[in-house]
Amino acid sequence: MALSDVAVARTPLHALHVSLGARMVPFAGYEMPLQYPAGILTEHLHTRARAGLFDVSHMGQIRLRPRSGLVADAALALERLVPADIVSIAPGRQRYTLFTDPQGGILDDLMVANLGDHLLLVVNAACKQTDLLHLRAHLSDACTVEPLFERGLVALQGPGAEAALAALAPEAAAMSFMDVRPLDVAGVSCMVSRSGYTGEDGYELGIPQTDVVRVAEALLAQPGVLPIGLGARDSLRLEAGLCLYGTDLDAGTSPAEAALEWSIQKSRRIGGVRAGGFPGADRVLAELGSGAGRRRVGLLPEGRAPLRGGTRLFASEDFNAPSIGTVRSGAFGPTLNAPMAMAMVETGHSADGTRLVAELRGRPVPVRVAPLPFVTPGYKRNAKRTAA
Amino acid sequence: MADIRYTKEHEWVRLEDDGTTTIGITDHAQEALGDVVFIELPEPDRDLAEGESCAVVESVKAASDVFAPFAGKVLEVNEVLAEDSSLVNRDAEGEAWFFRMEPTDPEAFNGLMEEAEYTAYLETL
Repeated sequence: MALSDVAVARTPLHALHVSLGARMVPFAGYEMPLQYPAGILTEHLHTRARAGLFDVSHMGQIRLRPRSGLVADAALALERLVPADIVSIAPGRQRYTLFTDPQGGILDDLMVANLGDHLLLVVNAACKQTDLLHLRAHLSDACTVEPLFERGLVALQGPGAEAALAALAPEAAAMSFMDVRPLDVAGVSCMVSRSGYTGEDGYELGIPQTDVVRVAEALLAQPGVLPIGLGARDSLRLEAGLCLYGTDLDAGTSPAEAALEWSIQKSRRIGGVRAGGFPGADRVLAELGSGAGRRRVGLLPEGRAPLRGGTRLFASEDFNAPSIGTVRSGAFGPTLNAPMAMAMVETGHSADGTRLVAELRGRPVPVRVAPLPFVTPGYKRNAKRTAA
Repeated sequence: MADIRYTKEHEWVRLEDDGTTTIGITDHAQEALGDVVFIELPEPDRDLAEGESCAVVESVKAASDVFAPFAGKVLEVNEVLAEDSSLVNRDAEGEAWFFRMEPTDPEAFNGLMEEAEYTAYLETL
């Protein structure tokens, strides 16, 4: 591949990654750190044991400011595009949701925070330009849609994340999972959420472009904090049973197929106070009752060989019979110390404990449908009570 | 000094005194692959064609094929790798050999790259 032919963007932390010895790779139009000299396995285990700092500045931050000045109007407008209850997100809280298309497929997954007088969205890097157009096309009557794509975003994840951030911003300790607060971190005004995508406790920090390096260096200077690349980010999120857009989720996959029913609150379901009203609602809501024909599940293969995306699944070792599903994400889980996968399978084969057979390089590998997540999450759901 | 040659697929091949060969992946290969978590080795007695995929190295990043450097028969595989695949990251060009092979054509070994050629080849990548 001729990289010089492709416009590859850099995040504000590019030079820091290089100075830390990162192996840089193209990802979603950016040159990103795949790993540092410690390597993916060590970085993964370190994040679960101590704390890791991830550059996720390639993701898109978008501000929705209500023209009326009332954040509820921006929330109501956003509900035209997503199936979650946005209106009920309290100031200083955030929620996970999906952009759906008219067929009920998933266009992107995102976080929505209520910052009191506006909403702040964090969307996937590969989707951010189309998300921006989508928001402008459908919400411009009610909101100004402001891309903050130059802004930095870092994630501090792991059981040591609280101590590391609280050393710089003591208020961080009192935040609960999915709380969002503006905090002064190393003299920089950051927008901090207690969230992340590793299954660990931790934070994401939105940072003005010119100050990202200063904040990242201050966090890396804390005891136990190491820089972590995209390689470990992928194995961490898969152990946590979290979906990767473009792999586990796409426009051909509905929320029920993706087992994301929990992200659709009662108010938006049939009989709810603001039922439907988002693209593909008829299908999406019907599937909440009837179920979909296939479903995302966790898989534990026997042996040590990882099953990669695209691996076909069968009900038995008869590979001439129709395939009943396909692996979407597969890897070796360093904490699990075993291979793991997420797959889309026919609903009749989706119950926990169901035994299936994967076709790996022409040979059968027995696999078992297993509950997600593979590794118990460490989210701090009620930090105020424990921190008091 | 043992005679060791290299392939463009980043395998090393050592010619033993009895005319058989021992095959593994190079240090450059293990470095590029990252942490190895699983290795699939060929069945002993399997006949391999030149360039045939005969082993798979699974790292935390991806699966990579290992190819037969020339035609021949598999004599023995390194069972230690089934128990401890990370040996490849620690000693790729030593203890972490993959398999031993009897070449069909005794001259085939001489067609592979010498160390200086392989080093020069790496510079071009």
